[in-house]
Amino acid sequence: MAMRKVAVVGAGMTKFMRRAQETGRELAFQASRMALDSCEMTLDDIDAVALGTAPDAFDGLHMKGEYLSDGAGAWHKPYMRCYVGGGTGVFAAIQGWYHVASGLFDTCLVVCEEKMSSCMPHPQGAFLTIFDHTTERALKPNLIWIFALEMNRYMTMHGIEKKDIALVAVKNKRNALDHPCAQLAANITVEDVLNSEVLAWPVQRLDISPTSDGAVAIVMAAEHVAKRITDKPAWVRGVGWSLDTAYWTSRDLYYPKYVEYAARMAYDMAGITEPRKEIHVVEPYDPFDYKELHHLEGLLLADKGDAPRLTAEGVTARDGNMPVCPSGGMLGVGNPIAAAGLMKISEIFWQLRGEAGKRQVPGQPKTGLAQSWGDLMQVGCVMILGV
Amino acid sequence: MSANVENFPGTPLSQADFDEGKILTTHWKPKLEYGWDAGVAISRYLAELKNGRIIGIKCSRCRSTVVPPRVVCEWCWEPMDDWVYLKDTGTVNTFSICYIRWDASRAKEPQIPAVIEIDGASKGAGILHLLDEVNADDVTIGMKVQAVWKPADERTGAITDIRYFKPT
Ligand SMILES: [Zn+2]
Repeated sequence: MAMRKVAVVGAGMTKFMRRAQETGRELAFQASRMALDSCEMTLDDIDAVALGTAPDAFDGLHMKGEYLSDGAGAWHKPYMRCYVGGGTGVFAAIQGWYHVASGLFDTCLVVCEEKMSSCMPHPQGAFLTIFDHTTERALKPNLIWIFALEMNRYMTMHGIEKKDIALVAVKNKRNALDHPCAQLAANITVEDVLNSEVLAWPVQRLDISPTSDGAVAIVMAAEHVAKRITDKPAWVRGVGWSLDTAYWTSRDLYYPKYVEYAARMAYDMAGITEPRKEIHVVEPYDPFDYKELHHLEGLLLADKGDAPRLTAEGVTARDGNMPVCPSGGMLGVGNPIAAAGLMKISEIFWQLRGEAGKRQVPGQPKTGLAQSWGDLMQVGCVMILGV
Repeated sequence: MSANVENFPGTPLSQADFDEGKILTTHWKPKLEYGWDAGVAISRYLAELKNGRIIGIKCSRCRSTVVPPRVVCEWCWEPMDDWVYLKDTGTVNTFSICYIRWDASRAKEPQIPAVIEIDGASKGAGILHLLDEVNADDVTIGMKVQAVWKPADERTGAITDIRYFKPT
């Protein structure tokens, strides 16, 4: 398979906010413009645009791809919108990657936007359509059920306690204090998490990321263009994605096998045989604190059931041996769904270039991994960047 | 680059912005209605629920028995057509104790949603349902449960023909 080398050469993002004054297309424009400015490119330099955003029901708009197209700079260009639920952010970057890797385009702007605040009274309502209309929705489920069911299964299978998991929320919200775009940065304690409102046990208020408005964009370029644009391209070394069964009640929720498949695909492509040594900084998908742990295990960066110990021992701290969510993650920075996944790629991009400011992990990391998760909690998307 | 940027774009709104009438918004409440056909496999499933029975389906190739039934085996991608009556008992695979409703508002009484592995189906094959007649603190993963049915004349051919599952 002859594929061209592709690099991320620029990134931009808006603040993540509970409710933004800007419309979705305005947010998309702000992030896209910032990404292009960051690498001194103009829209004329962009051959194609890939966009990621959540279902139309969130915004009450039909064909959000079309709606966001002006802000995303897509007019008169080959343009695609993609969507795999929460997995969209990294998935959109993978679309951008093969637009360029295939040789079809030399540059691609990847834009992810979400404006969750429009959905009243709460975007949970729009999420309900993920349940089977005949066999599940009659039971009047709410969205948090599936996460609570998965979290309980994970905890019970491994004998993990809530206090072990709460450490992730503490770490990420604290890391986010150093992120200028963060919505929920805070210094909290394990006790605060354990004493927060119980929503659907074992899920409590502080175990969850917020709903957010925000946008992120990155610029991807083929090797000959990337080298002209910057002396610090972040090369895409591997990508992977995988989908498990949508019959989620027949899948053992304690382990995300689909994340392992996606990770193995990406490691193979990158020639990585010992991920725990070769991945220096990680941004796994953390809409809930337990998900960071669950995903570290699926990514083969921790043994099954052992990710809480790594967290407790400080291995995953920003100055630990394997920094995890140095950005502050979705728990701290916020969770505008598709944009949150692409934020993880931009964070790895900034970390590898030594441009993460107060969030910079020590030791000049050479290789980083971003991962997102979504659909009916059964899609995993992985991208590995290297300098 | 992120380190060099002082002002990231985006304008967060506060409640005061709305209270003071600074923000203009437009509201729309859609009225949408759908009629979903149950399909081949689920129609039989629902008809059997009306009879007070849980039916699954078996793949004649890999011998997997799944519930709810479906027309294609997801492992073999072969047609499934070997109908199997299952028991109305099972094992709690996982559960939650839920205090909020779909719109994130607070519920008066907690509900206990669970994945229940149905006896007679392949290991791990479960359905989503609710537990009741049990103290929430007493529920455990691995607990044996059985279906509590609506009376025959109240059953309509729906998953709610099983009112809930309770400990055996
Ligand atoms: Zn089969």
